[in-house]
Amino acid sequence: MLTILKNRFEQGYRTCSYPKEKPAVFSRYRGKPVIQKTADPDMVNACADACPQDAIDVDQKKIDMGRCIFCGTCERLSKGEFVSFTNDFEISTAKKADLLTDGELPSLADHAKQHFKKLFGRSLQLRQVSAAGCNACEADLNVLATPFFDLARFGINFVASPRHADAIVVTGPVSRNMKTALLQTYEAVPEPRVVIAVGSCTLTGGPFSHSGEVAKGLDTILPVDLFIPGCPPHPLTNLHGLITFFK
Amino acid sequence: MTQFTTIPWGGRVQRADIPHLPFDTFRTQALDIVKNGGKVVQFFAYEDQGIMKFMAVLRTHELLAAGCDAPEMYPSLTQECEPFHLFEREIAEQYGIRPEGHPWPKMVRYHENFCSKPDVFNNDYTEDIPGNYDYYQVKGDEIHEVAVGPVHAGVIEPGHFRFNCIGERVLHLEIQLGYQHRGVETLLHTAKPKQLPILAENIAGDTTIGHGLCMAQAVEALASVPVDAGAKIIRTIALELERLANHIGDLGALCMDVAFLAPANYFGRIRGDFLNLSLLLCGNRFGKGLVRPGGVRFPLDDEIRKTLDERITELKPQVEHVLELIFSASTVRARFEGCGSVNTADADHLGLVGPAGRASGLAYDARRCFATEHYPHLLIPKNAKPTGDVDARARVRYDEVKQSIDIIQFLIGKSVETQPVEGGIAALQALAPSSLAVTLNEGWRGEVSHAVLTDDAGNILRYKVKDPSFHNWNGLAMALRDTGISDFPLNNKSFNLSYCGFDL
Repeated sequence: MLTILKNRFEQGYRTCSYPKEKPAVFSRYRGKPVIQKTADPDMVNACADACPQDAIDVDQKKIDMGRCIFCGTCERLSKGEFVSFTNDFEISTAKKADLLTDGELPSLADHAKQHFKKLFGRSLQLRQVSAAGCNACEADLNVLATPFFDLARFGINFVASPRHADAIVVTGPVSRNMKTALLQTYEAVPEPRVVIAVGSCTLTGGPFSHSGEVAKGLDTILPVDLFIPGCPPHPLTNLHGLITFFK
Repeated sequence: MTQFTTIPWGGRVQRADIPHLPFDTFRTQALDIVKNGGKVVQFFAYEDQGIMKFMAVLRTHELLAAGCDAPEMYPSLTQECEPFHLFEREIAEQYGIRPEGHPWPKMVRYHENFCSKPDVFNNDYTEDIPGNYDYYQVKGDEIHEVAVGPVHAGVIEPGHFRFNCIGERVLHLEIQLGYQHRGVETLLHTAKPKQLPILAENIAGDTTIGHGLCMAQAVEALASVPVDAGAKIIRTIALELERLANHIGDLGALCMDVAFLAPANYFGRIRGDFLNLSLLLCGNRFGKGLVRPGGVRFPLDDEIRKTLDERITELKPQVEHVLELIFSASTVRARFEGCGSVNTADADHLGLVGPAGRASGLAYDARRCFATEHYPHLLIPKNAKPTGDVDARARVRYDEVKQSIDIIQFLIGKSVETQPVEGGIAALQALAPSSLAVTLNEGWRGEVSHAVLTDDAGNILRYKVKDPSFHNWNGLAMALRDTGISDFPLNNKSFNLSYCGFDL
């Protein structure tokens, strides 16, 4: 008993005060990319060639956060003169087209489906479906239930059955072998239902987009309401996406 | 006297120097080595100038390799020696080569073979669902079946579990995977150099460093690229951070499954703190983007080193106190002890590796037996346990958590100078022709291995990946025999195997 109490005392109170205050993340974290439009075209081309995900649109001088895995190759190559990754983790979007960005993102809270806030703002139950995810996106969703993030304080929970859920949260590039199970899970969620896509694999196929075994983005299969980019998205990115979109 | 030849791990061998044996000799000798205590590291098929070939890499106290031409069908090795079991099924699925007399000729991942041959399993792949298969059934009036998955109750990867039970008691568990199949091996050998390291890191995101290291070491061997001592230390720290985060997460999850919620939450939070230390090193919580052929992309400068040191110093007593809390609780021991035992003989037959193997008395640890990076300079204890139950699997993690913290603290104390690399693309474009490199690393689940063969132009001819889960899933099935079905979640957590690492 004494050990239990000693441990409880040592652990203390650990929940972050987000969204009131933004918790600090270590400096090497790569969040929202910001583009310098004045960059030398040769530099832009070099970055586009080097990008392992072919995520850079040379003509528009923009970066596709749906394809990007935030490896930072372009930032290092251009020494920040074309792309620099900020510490800003608030990068989710309500429209896929908005993922192609120069660093300016529309306000997520002002998305077109405001009725979701009335329906789900005080209680949102999520059913997670891993569809060929590498377990990184899954792990950083799971971690939202730990005391630091404490997702439940916002009335949001992961539940065990699609029948109990308002939304599905999909991770992974949707392999051929998981497609049927994913669609059945979606069908099992009562309407009105929400679809949330988490991670670059889910948004565009990510690093696996050249494989014939996976889909080229969840939106080719289901109507997606919320796009959360990253490889994997930082838990704070997930948290920001969920509470800003629904609350 | 074996005709298999000794090869270096993490080194390059000319393919011409690997014995190409007649099939019968290959078979007899491979069986001989494994029956006498050897283990299968890699056994795969590949196509070379229109000819199908086999390559086997076995381990005793050293690595042994040989190849042969692959027959259309051949007498299964598994019927005489179990550790070949899944490898033969995988070859049948990938290349349509039938192992005659295989005791369990079932598909592995449910996909068409790579060479448009008739399917060995008579599957219709226009059907989306793996599971188009008659599961093993126990017959009897009081037998019932329980089907779980592919979509599970938690936030985890998909797979199907089929239990044959009598009452609460599990007589047999069959595990059908393949839902996560992304075509990784095909992608790896067709990928552009700039994509290949990314693919390797995403084979299993929770083993980013384990698979990333295997990829980097193989490319370094094939392109003769040196790695400086500093990079080796950073990679070793990263691999131990990965082990720590996952082991701590597992111990927390085990507590959750025996309803001891306080330590489950403490370790849930502390696991995140260790993931954040990977982010401190390289900007990603899973270490993605750190390891590349030739070294690492991020140096360990003094400021980062100081923060790392402070955080570890702060976390160490917390971890120790929670460990003490868990393992001194009689309620925990009552659930852990004697639950889901796999004895040493069974573990040996199945070829279990990593913490699951060590919990069943198999002391093998690639960090000690085939040391790479900074491990030749470190003392890795044996950590083997005799009981093979959930308790043993938890206690292996208990030992390794403490050791990994010590290793990291020791390595932070060293001054680390390294010249950061970028994508390793030059190395990937300069692979030696007609060569083989086999790499082994002890990821947190056990032995991760990559084998890369190049053709006579220096292109990748075959990229073979093996995650430790490939060895261990049948260990979980074995643990469930004669165990209450309500103890399945606990046993599953105690193995915590990879679905995507297996499904590729």
